[in-house]
Amino acid sequence: MNYSRPLDFEKDYLDLKFKLEELREYAVRKDLDLSAEIEALESRMNTLKEERYRHLKAWQKYQLARHQDRPLTLEYIKAIFDDFIELHGDRCYGDDPAIVGGLAWLDDIPVTVLGHQKGKDTPQNIHRNFGMAHPEGYRKACRLMRQAEKFKRPLICFVDTPGAYPGTGAEERGQGWAIAETLAQMVSLRIPTLSLVIGEGGSGGALALGAADRVLMLSYAVYSVISPQGCASILWNDASRSEEMAENLKMTAPDLLALGIIDEIVPEPLDGAHRDPEAVFRAVGERIRFHLRDLMQQDVLSRLERRYTRLREIGYYAD
Amino acid sequence: MLKDVLGLKSRTRYATLPPRPSPSVPDENRCPQCGGMIPAGNEGRLMVCPECGYHFPLGAWERISLITDEDSFVEFDAGVSSTDPLKFPGYDAKLIQSQELSGLNEAVVTGRASIKGVETVLGVMDSRFMMGSMGSVVGEKIARAFEAARKCRLPVVMFTASGGARMQEGMLSLLQMAKTSAAVKRFSNEGLLYISVLTHPTTGGVTASFATLADIIMAEPGATVGFAGARVIEQTIRQKLPSGFQKSEFLLEHGMVDLVVPRSELKDILHRLLKLHQGRRP
Repeated sequence: MNYSRPLDFEKDYLDLKFKLEELREYAVRKDLDLSAEIEALESRMNTLKEERYRHLKAWQKYQLARHQDRPLTLEYIKAIFDDFIELHGDRCYGDDPAIVGGLAWLDDIPVTVLGHQKGKDTPQNIHRNFGMAHPEGYRKACRLMRQAEKFKRPLICFVDTPGAYPGTGAEERGQGWAIAETLAQMVSLRIPTLSLVIGEGGSGGALALGAADRVLMLSYAVYSVISPQGCASILWNDASRSEEMAENLKMTAPDLLALGIIDEIVPEPLDGAHRDPEAVFRAVGERIRFHLRDLMQQDVLSRLERRYTRLREIGYYAD
Repeated sequence: MLKDVLGLKSRTRYATLPPRPSPSVPDENRCPQCGGMIPAGNEGRLMVCPECGYHFPLGAWERISLITDEDSFVEFDAGVSSTDPLKFPGYDAKLIQSQELSGLNEAVVTGRASIKGVETVLGVMDSRFMMGSMGSVVGEKIARAFEAARKCRLPVVMFTASGGARMQEGMLSLLQMAKTSAAVKRFSNEGLLYISVLTHPTTGGVTASFATLADIIMAEPGATVGFAGARVIEQTIRQKLPSGFQKSEFLLEHGMVDLVVPRSELKDILHRLLKLHQGRRP
């Protein structure tokens, strides 16, 4: 069990959880019967857990979604699919490590898998550019989408990025163009498509892998048009009010389900996906199988029609 | 050709359009680039500085009167207007303020018009309305314009000007990128022509969706067009950006646009492109 890097609001709970484990170990080591003490501590811990996590604020979910220990795309791929073969490059400029993609088996179905890839530590994050893709990342995604369509493989995308990279090279090579092309490509694919927001869904750079037949989201993942910090500094000229802004942006899974942006929430452990990744991989794998089975039964034209209608109906206005 | 364009700009033709309170240029018509004066009268209607060629931002209706044939424009969906779905602080007031300032209902005007006799569906964004940002209404009107053009088998011409997705509608705004892209793609799959004209400024979610999905992409001279804003890039790379960065000419050099076209020549080149796609020599 991992207790590293606690967030402010979960410190006392994690301390208690750690103490409980120490006590259990101690009881075993000394061969003592401490079951009454353990039970009391356990019930205190469970109460505290409920109190700390049951009603999380948007900002707290945002912190959990970006937690350093949170499982990342390649871990999901490894746990859920078999025999993953990563494919590289956009055939044009380079290979972007901030987006990974390749081929794998889901049970007995060949599939194409894509996803933003962050790093687990600083060197990895530097290599992955913190999951912020350049145009070549989106062009690689586009290429693998077309390839999936050619071979009639379902497409599964994992979304986890702070956003598309805002840099000079990215602009020179057409960041906006690459995202637009990926979006237009993804909405018109004749294969079943599924997207899962597993961590941070940051703006257009996230959406580029999110225009699927169905979009699922982990319960503490966030998905937003702009970061709360960015929004607070633009609209209020005050980045210190990010917490308040996180609430306004309606970026949490329940908010987005209510707005019709996503189709389903995949529950994660109360204290976050990183506290029990195996349970999360099982849950996500089960939902992927469920939705793909369903989507694969639909004929191409009605699937395309539903995908179009799903997007077409998003938005609120007076007419 | 230039005479035709200028000829469109007499006061009487102007008066056929709905009234709007404020022009996009300050009273003194002073060029922000060189400090020179824009002469009043016909020539000034182009809103291009005669000294240095600076292109002033143009309001949606000014643009429509400049590009379309007299009395040919029929607006679509004029009544579609924004609500405040997220109850976002200050959004209601901002909408009202923008409506008063621009005389527009929203940041895009769409409709049907002829350009030197060629029927087209037209969309014109206006940066005075909340920076031309795209929320539910802008996305809906753009999608409907492409759907109407698909049904009537007409070409589409879009003039873009936008700071990106509208933050005050959160993810509803972001998804308009996917919605408009889907509508463009459907339209495009029918073999129909889409021309976009990127005007100052076109950034963020509009650049990363329908603006750059056109068959032919043009830009007005000196327009800032990109994905990320210059300030964000400077903060990220901790360097000052060179002066021409993200300008139309920079995009042309990097292969991102087909043409950079001065405002005075826009109507003519649009007409030639539309005619060519009809297969009829003008």
